[in-house]
Amino acid sequence: MAWLARRALHGLFLLLAVSILSFALVELAPGDFFAEMRLDPRVSEATLRALRARHGLDRPLPERYLRWVASLARGELGYSFAYGSPVAPLLWPRARNTLLLTATATAVAWALAIPIGTWWATLRGRAARHLLGGLFALLLALPDIVLALALLLLAVRTGWFPAGGMVSLGHEQLSWSGRVQDVVRHLALPAAALVLAVLPVLVRHVRASMAAVLDAPFVRAARGHGLSETRVLLSHALPAAANPLISLFGLSLAGLLSMSLLVEVVMSWPGLGPLLLEAILARDFYLVLGLVLASTFLLVAGNLLADALLLAADPRIRTGAR
Amino acid sequence: MALGLAVLATVHLAALGASFLAPYAPGRQNRTLPYASPTRVHVVDGAGHVHLRPFVHALSEAPGPGGAYEEDRSRAFPVRFLVRDDPEPRAPEGRLHLFGVEEPARIFLLGTDGFGRDQLSRLLHGAQISLFAGLLATVLSLATGWLLGTLAGFYGRWLDGIVMRAAEVFLALPWLYLLFAVRAVLPLHVSAGQAFLMLVLVIGLVDWARPARLVRGVVLSARERNYVLAARGFGASDLYLIRRHIAPQTFGLLLTQAALLVPQYILAEVTLSFLGLGVSEPVPSWGNMLAALQRYNVLASYWWMWAPGLALVPVFLAYFSLSEALHARVGPASP
Repeated sequence: MAWLARRALHGLFLLLAVSILSFALVELAPGDFFAEMRLDPRVSEATLRALRARHGLDRPLPERYLRWVASLARGELGYSFAYGSPVAPLLWPRARNTLLLTATATAVAWALAIPIGTWWATLRGRAARHLLGGLFALLLALPDIVLALALLLLAVRTGWFPAGGMVSLGHEQLSWSGRVQDVVRHLALPAAALVLAVLPVLVRHVRASMAAVLDAPFVRAARGHGLSETRVLLSHALPAAANPLISLFGLSLAGLLSMSLLVEVVMSWPGLGPLLLEAILARDFYLVLGLVLASTFLLVAGNLLADALLLAADPRIRTGAR
Repeated sequence: MALGLAVLATVHLAALGASFLAPYAPGRQNRTLPYASPTRVHVVDGAGHVHLRPFVHALSEAPGPGGAYEEDRSRAFPVRFLVRDDPEPRAPEGRLHLFGVEEPARIFLLGTDGFGRDQLSRLLHGAQISLFAGLLATVLSLATGWLLGTLAGFYGRWLDGIVMRAAEVFLALPWLYLLFAVRAVLPLHVSAGQAFLMLVLVIGLVDWARPARLVRGVVLSARERNYVLAARGFGASDLYLIRRHIAPQTFGLLLTQAALLVPQYILAEVTLSFLGLGVSEPVPSWGNMLAALQRYNVLASYWWMWAPGLALVPVFLAYFSLSEALHARVGPASP
């Protein structure tokens, strides 16, 4: 437990460091939201000065950081100039949607990767192994942009899935179960794009770590005792192969979050990605800052979850032996 | 590995020779021929005669709605090789092209985009930007990572502490978000050349942390080898030790990392340009060419607009086979 607490503390420190780093980055950048207004002849120099003073942009850097931290403490995360509101209320619904998308994709991807990878590791035929290898290499080489666009094409062409968005028109009128169904239908394609993008990586790792374990003496011993093949795989090989896979789980979250940024924009899923793009194009720096922090928070939380899983799965960590 | 290298060599040579291989300049518009499908190259004419020299027909808009085109069968335009196009200030004799046809016919082997620009020419010119942005960013990222990793591993103590803590912070950010955040604070409207340099710098400098950590690991173990200790005992300077004994140990790792990073960075450039944050029109990059597919009608109707996306597949496959071959030869990229 102390180990987990230490990891949590470490995560907090990381978040603090990321906040300082990204704040410095954003503040040291040339120009601000009001710089674009200067080109507008209807806005006078005095108005601009007044606007800057109202939002505290004329203060020295440390004071601005402290003001920003104070707004963090109030749960506002700074002020979005483009939307004219604190950042946090804009952020939370988007973060929830991104979390829904990436969590679904992670769950589905792992649920597919473990059986496929295990099966691949136990395959005997050369031809079948090469076929599977070639298939996943091709899938790995498909850029996620093409993958997302191809799935969108499927939606546009067939009409089986809604093309983009998260809810249909008239979502509010649906019953509770109808609403869930509606969101699931919209979720299917973006989640599929993410799953297909990470699946080849996951499957190859599952196969590698299972293959390493399947040759181990204790597995042969278990077979020699006459245990069934499923029993050998599930209760002897898989737990032993779990440790590197759980570390990969943390890493795969990072990849998924990055990929979801693009997939969300292409499929107009109302997550953090489209908001980030909007904020960049509007030069709304505090919103960018809030989004980066939110994504980091999701990643740190995911890594903490991976650590907790590791603690549950690996007795060496529980007893403190390394 | 041989096949992978051959594919990469071909693609990069084609990109370098874009202005010769491409029949048209990438910005040349044919406003009357938007979204023309790939030009049909004929060998047999209407009377059933076989021509040794392939020919094309001129296109004109078909009557009726729908933007279809029909061929004007009355006149054939043979495909000519090694043709010169119209003189321009920078090339008074006209530029030499591998192939072309006489006006008013056009040859669009991969069709045209919404402005009637030849997709093949844009694909070749776009490769210059997309492929080389990936390569240059990789060089930059590995150079930064190598320098910081070597310094941290070799001198240890507080320097090691600072570099590794900083690396952890960088790795705690989802990298595309970090990339976008850095891109966010840079000016939005820049010329294509500036955008290219900016992308290379941003992509290369944002991702130094992973190579730095890997290099540090190798340097840490190399530093304690007996021959390094012996050389140090003979009074070798730090610079000499790094140059002669430490650096060569890290080269295998750098090579394997490069094969992994280049496709990732090519994709980063494509993604940024796709979203309008990278190289902007009219200069072609594979990313901003794909951006046309964000409109549903283009996505569903004009398959040749997918060309840049499909061109990425063999390039990526080649890099993956290269990275696997390197992995088997010089050891894993991540120890």
